[in-house]
Amino acid sequence: MLEVRNLSMRFGGLLAVDQVSLDVQEHEIVSIIGPNGAGKTTVFNCMSGFYRPTGGEILFNDQPIHGKPDYKISRLGLVRTFQHVRLFNKMTVVENLLVAQHRHLNTNLIAGLLGSPNYRKREQKALDRATYWLDRVGLLELANREAGNLAYGQQRRLEIARCMVTEPRLLMLDEPAAGLNPAETRDLNQLIISLKEDYNVSVVLIEHDMSLVMEISDRINVINQGRPLASGTPEEVRQNDDVIKAYLGET
Amino acid sequence: MQDLLYFFQQLINGLTIGSAYALIAIGYTMVYGIIGMINFAHGEIYMIGAYTALITITGLASLGVAWLPLVLLVALICAMLVSSSMGWAVERVAYRPVRGRHRLIPLISAIGMSIFLQNYVHLAQGSRNIGFPALIEGGFTFGPADSFQTSISYMQITIFITTLICMTALSLFISRSRTGRACRAVSQDLGMANLLGIDTNRIISATFIIGAALAAVAGLLLGMYYGSIDPLFGFIAGLKAFTAAVLGGIGSIPGAMLGGLILGVSESMTSGYLSGEYKDVVSFGLLILILLFKPTGLLGKPEVEKI
Repeated sequence: MLEVRNLSMRFGGLLAVDQVSLDVQEHEIVSIIGPNGAGKTTVFNCMSGFYRPTGGEILFNDQPIHGKPDYKISRLGLVRTFQHVRLFNKMTVVENLLVAQHRHLNTNLIAGLLGSPNYRKREQKALDRATYWLDRVGLLELANREAGNLAYGQQRRLEIARCMVTEPRLLMLDEPAAGLNPAETRDLNQLIISLKEDYNVSVVLIEHDMSLVMEISDRINVINQGRPLASGTPEEVRQNDDVIKAYLGET
Repeated sequence: MQDLLYFFQQLINGLTIGSAYALIAIGYTMVYGIIGMINFAHGEIYMIGAYTALITITGLASLGVAWLPLVLLVALICAMLVSSSMGWAVERVAYRPVRGRHRLIPLISAIGMSIFLQNYVHLAQGSRNIGFPALIEGGFTFGPADSFQTSISYMQITIFITTLICMTALSLFISRSRTGRACRAVSQDLGMANLLGIDTNRIISATFIIGAALAAVAGLLLGMYYGSIDPLFGFIAGLKAFTAAVLGGIGSIPGAMLGGLILGVSESMTSGYLSGEYKDVVSFGLLILILLFKPTGLLGKPEVEKI
């Protein structure tokens, strides 16, 4: 469903991403790994429309999306998270999920002021969906807390829930396990696998945590210094000499 | 006893004018909260609201409509409609094309819009003072008949109650409604709100429309209270309301309400105990003091840059 072909991104004299290709099928978890500064997030930023790539093309369901503004891409069902949590901190947990469904609610101010039955019905539906996802990520009891007051791991889960209420086709997670303890990372693993299994969402993952990546990925793309180094199943990547060299250094 | 009555008189005058300042200040603070710009044409939107109300009242009088509540209601609705569409149009024409540029550019655009609207009204309505009929007359008086008496006019009560209704409605709208929720999200993180599929342009328009409608309410009320309007009517009021917004913490709606009341009361106290000529000195001096010791205003939260 997603195809990246020969993607390049140049910042002045720096070629941050050089001829990277990858593809994501339906019902698949694909990881992008690589040492710090390898260009992983840059690839993400090109895919989600934050950057306009200087070369190559990106197709989502055979439709070119490179150079489109980020909000148009997200409306196609390609939704991302950021390395840093970006919640609406001063709103409550449940409001964060309701506001993400704003587009689906088809706001009509007059109907809202009058509290028409249709308005209430949609609002109720949005609330039901928010409740469902809060329960799913284990935050239901914290629904009325301010999002900014949650623990870091909870904020991470809320962010994923907020993506999921928009009903994405493809979810892009940028280092979702960063800053989580081992127990939280395990929970996150389960959650990501279940997104694929139970909700038919494909996932693209950037991660440093090798154990997480090896465990849940269907395929892995390794990038080093902006260039593609290797790709394949976790087993293939684990045994690839180039990857071992890049990660462990040459002897 | 007499001193106390005198004090109360100043307090009432101050709260009346302060609540009207607060109504205007909300327009500044909401727009700043969402797109981080100062809408300098907001004072003119308020002035246009006052003119529209006056034209409506005169028109109704010539048609022979004399039932006061109806006259006021129609004038209010017309003023709100005209000001709101003006606020919307100003954003579309003068701010949206330059949004996201260097922050001085929208500011200059706003000042240009303010000058344009002021001069437009000069041309269309003349630059003379126009008398605004005092439709609501009479009031209560307290105190002994032979010395100072505190008086509360029905007009003051009207201003106070109308402001209270508007503020309550606004607070409910922001905290409960879908659009209000989206407004809060957009003001916290516009980019993220956009990514989540909120039509941020529509929310920004809504902000301008709401601010303009509240300014129009203030325009009608203060027009009646002062008894006359002119094309510069919005300039000083706009400046005062802006001060109120900064005083309370720009970007914060309760801050704008509080700032307006503090400004109004400090002005009337200065007029009552020192001299009317010092009132602007005191109110702007107060602003400087608060900004020196609490730069984000009374209720504004400090902006913490997360790295």
